[in-house]
Amino acid sequence: MLNYIVRRVLYAIPTLIGVLLVTWFLFFKTASPEVIARRNLSSRAPTQAQIQSWIKGHGYDKPPLDQLQNSTLDMMRFRFGKSDATKEDILERVKKGVVPSFTIGFNSFVATVFFAVIFAAIAAYFRGTYVDTMTTVICVIGMSLVYMIYIIGFQFLFCKILKLGPTWGFNPDENLIKYILIPTIIGVVAGLATEIRLYRTFLLEEINLDYVRTARAKGVAEPAVLLKHVLKNALIPIITNTVAVLPGLILGSLLLENFFGIPGLGSYLVEAISANDFTVVRAMVFLGTLLYIVGLILTDIAYALVDPRVRLS
Amino acid sequence: MSDVLLSVENLKTYFRTSRGIVKAVDGVSFTVEKGKTRALVGESGCGKSMTALSILQLVPEPAGYIDGGKIVFEGRDLLDLTWSDMRTVRGKDIGMIFQEPMTSLNPTFTIGSQLSEAMTIHGKDFGTAIERAVELLDLVGIKDARQTLRQYPHELSGGMRQRVMIAIALSNNPKLLIADEPTTALDVTVQAQILRLLKDLQERLGMAVLMITHNLGIVSEIADDVSVMYAGQVVEESATGALFSMPRHPYTQGLFASLPARNPRGQDLETLEGIVPDAAAWPSGCRFAERCKKKFDACSVPAPVVEGVRCHLMVSGGTGGVENGEWGVGNQPPNSPLTTPHSPDAPEAIDA
Amino acid sequence: MGNPLLPLQLWLDDHPVLQNWLYNLVPVLVIVLLALALRQGLKQPIWAEAARRIRRRPAALWAIGIIGFYGLIAFSDSIGLYDAKKQERVSLLDAISRREKERYYSAPLATMTTGEAFPKPLKEKHILGTDGKGDDVLYQTLKGARTAFIIGGLTSLLTIPVGIILGLLSGFYSGTKYKWIDDLITYIYTVISSIPSILLQIAFVMVLGKGIFQICIALGMARWVGLCRQVRGETLRHREREYVRGARALGVSTWGILTRHILPNLLPTVIIFTTLGISGLILSEAILSYLGVGVGDGVGSWGNMINASRDELAREPILWWNLASASTAMLGIVLAFNLLGDALRDAIDPRLRS
Repeated sequence: MLNYIVRRVLYAIPTLIGVLLVTWFLFFKTASPEVIARRNLSSRAPTQAQIQSWIKGHGYDKPPLDQLQNSTLDMMRFRFGKSDATKEDILERVKKGVVPSFTIGFNSFVATVFFAVIFAAIAAYFRGTYVDTMTTVICVIGMSLVYMIYIIGFQFLFCKILKLGPTWGFNPDENLIKYILIPTIIGVVAGLATEIRLYRTFLLEEINLDYVRTARAKGVAEPAVLLKHVLKNALIPIITNTVAVLPGLILGSLLLENFFGIPGLGSYLVEAISANDFTVVRAMVFLGTLLYIVGLILTDIAYALVDPRVRLS
Repeated sequence: MSDVLLSVENLKTYFRTSRGIVKAVDGVSFTVEKGKTRALVGESGCGKSMTALSILQLVPEPAGYIDGGKIVFEGRDLLDLTWSDMRTVRGKDIGMIFQEPMTSLNPTFTIGSQLSEAMTIHGKDFGTAIERAVELLDLVGIKDARQTLRQYPHELSGGMRQRVMIAIALSNNPKLLIADEPTTALDVTVQAQILRLLKDLQERLGMAVLMITHNLGIVSEIADDVSVMYAGQVVEESATGALFSMPRHPYTQGLFASLPARNPRGQDLETLEGIVPDAAAWPSGCRFAERCKKKFDACSVPAPVVEGVRCHLMVSGGTGGVENGEWGVGNQPPNSPLTTPHSPDAPEAIDA
Repeated sequence: MGNPLLPLQLWLDDHPVLQNWLYNLVPVLVIVLLALALRQGLKQPIWAEAARRIRRRPAALWAIGIIGFYGLIAFSDSIGLYDAKKQERVSLLDAISRREKERYYSAPLATMTTGEAFPKPLKEKHILGTDGKGDDVLYQTLKGARTAFIIGGLTSLLTIPVGIILGLLSGFYSGTKYKWIDDLITYIYTVISSIPSILLQIAFVMVLGKGIFQICIALGMARWVGLCRQVRGETLRHREREYVRGARALGVSTWGILTRHILPNLLPTVIIFTTLGISGLILSEAILSYLGVGVGDGVGSWGNMINASRDELAREPILWWNLASASTAMLGIVLAFNLLGDALRDAIDPRLRS
């Protein structure tokens, strides 16, 4: 088992290196330094001198291998440098933003998977009836809505009409819950539709298998058949797929923090985009990828733990 | 006090499909007596597996449903029972084992957990169930029972998994065991072992067995009575010995005639011409008529069941439509089966 | 070495008419390809059966109808006319639905502006009102249809060949003498798929700049990986089938096997992937436009409309029609593609897997 974990982590390293190569290529090689400098300084009609100093300052004039080395090693050591726009240290800002973003993200993740399993089980139990059909219809519509609509709609409902929480703002000294409750709820609702449909499919794939028939032949009652026998097997693909929730959390972080004024990693990135702040964007892309890769590794480990066929080999 | 444990009367199990209603089981009747074995024989698609599943109401829903008939077990019609009453029958009064041991066990639970579950849901406490589980595994011939309890299905071979299935089915001392082609997916040598095991257990426990199979060798080995199925109906019913020595329905006769061992060397094999009719649209008359060498005018309407045989030839002494040189009911074909049954080590399957 | 696409982009920018033609060509190409595939496919009984199943599902038929309706609107926006009065090129859609620009916001069917201290009368009737700049909301919504089709169509056209070719090669050479091809391609798509797609898209647009073409590249880069993976899986499955082995034994060349035996079996996967993907692409464009890395100003898109409507909800009275119109329009087409994709998946998949 430990063997498996170690191997999995080792596999991740060349992937991470590949990602760094890709981002380096993306940010340094797909446009000439001039163009990038211009884009970055676009708000302030730059002079040729400003452009040159920007290029020097950001190391775009060094030979490619140096660039590669610096940016790669810097990234890995979390030496992100300073923001182009605000000149503040990126790592410091990241550290401050971690708490709100992770709180919302982690809670959304757990709650989404939890509720998705519950609703999927209900739909699977009542398969073929109107409960099931209604669930599918709602989910298909839910999958077709833009994320922003969820936020706008529920923010309006919860904050303006029901006044359950603040529309905007964040105070780290106060009780976190007040500020993150509604964003978390919206994050969950936005992500539920796809997951419910997916888990329902996993459950229904298992229900027609032979071992379920054996369980019924033994005299096991229908609810137990679903919740004990089917669910345990369906958990394998479910767990493997939880990693797909992560990109949704990142997107949620970008949009929710923007709408609710929460100073997390997401809003940091959104600000950087408006300011054409390449350095920050590079750092955030790296961070996001790192998190995702960690998520993939954790999912693989969880999968190995849940499936006895893998665990014992 | 009757000896009949299970009496299936005019059972009809249908399926709703995009091509219409498929009448997989269309008026099947047979009985199983206490302590005896009945075999339900037929080729693929004749409805024998569905008949077995219908008894425990395990027909795949929502497409499948039981349209009519009675399934009388120990005096009660199982089709009238409530869901919870039916659940006490399943696994307790009637046990069932299936064809595919490789997929019939839950891969994420241990053998011990699945075996004890069969007992705990019928009232035993966990401790007793585990002890009994060890006994059962010994009973079905698994060495090292305690070790096996902690293993997962994928760690066992097909033969061992089938033994576990048998142990599960027997865990509450059922009065009837339904075995749906239990050896089809196993190697030949393992088949023999499992059959011997079943026969042995039946004698020891005084259990009745309903054996579904397409293999005449198995029938000769362990069945007391046989019902031959074709196209969703029972076409002949006999004691095993009688069936083998004197098959009466043209289909059964054709089956025996086409066994390779029954055909002398150097001659063409006797075959049953044609194929099984489409289950979504059974012919209106006798369903075997279009393949029958002895068909005549009367066969365009459904045949009556006379003395356990569904054939017009049984009516009026069976002389209708017989031409010179053709053999009629009661007369034997040139290569008639011997009275000694076939050994199961080289089973002869009926499938085309 | 600079941006390899830059020359193409600059050339396109210099030739707006040709750029326009390229964008107009895309939906036409897609439809033509689909029609050809359909005609070819319907000859086989499997596809005829699939078509039959789809015809029986009302949701799928509605979806096709809605897509057709949107397609018509998009197409009308692609037909060029010459407006002699204003001496400019306009599209058919412009001619039909463009309205006078007003001063300010106005509610649907209103006669005066809304939200101003001193409301002024409007020049024309606006069925869905006007936005902050005074542009007719209905008109903008209709213009968005073409953008959505281009984004969906062009990105798919870019993604499909890349995904198929790389997936085929990767699956075909997996485990063989040339397994380095598989290893390389697998490594590439593992790396790219490790970057969360939203971040990848943002990065691409920041580097390439805003615009329809750039968005298509950005979306495509994140998308091809999914198709490549599926195609690789399918290729592996089919490679081991007896008929492929038989073909090899008969001496059919590698190219022959790939194109005549394996490729046709990939068609269902590709079709389902593309159809379900288009809805995601349209949603992604909206999100990217909202974040400021979208198609850019000046291009009518639903994402831009939602972006513009950000502040409107906080006002008194609430200005909701801009947002409502854009999101409803988007919901319609995305839902339609989702339903169609689902129906296709149910109709084609089980058939071919059994």
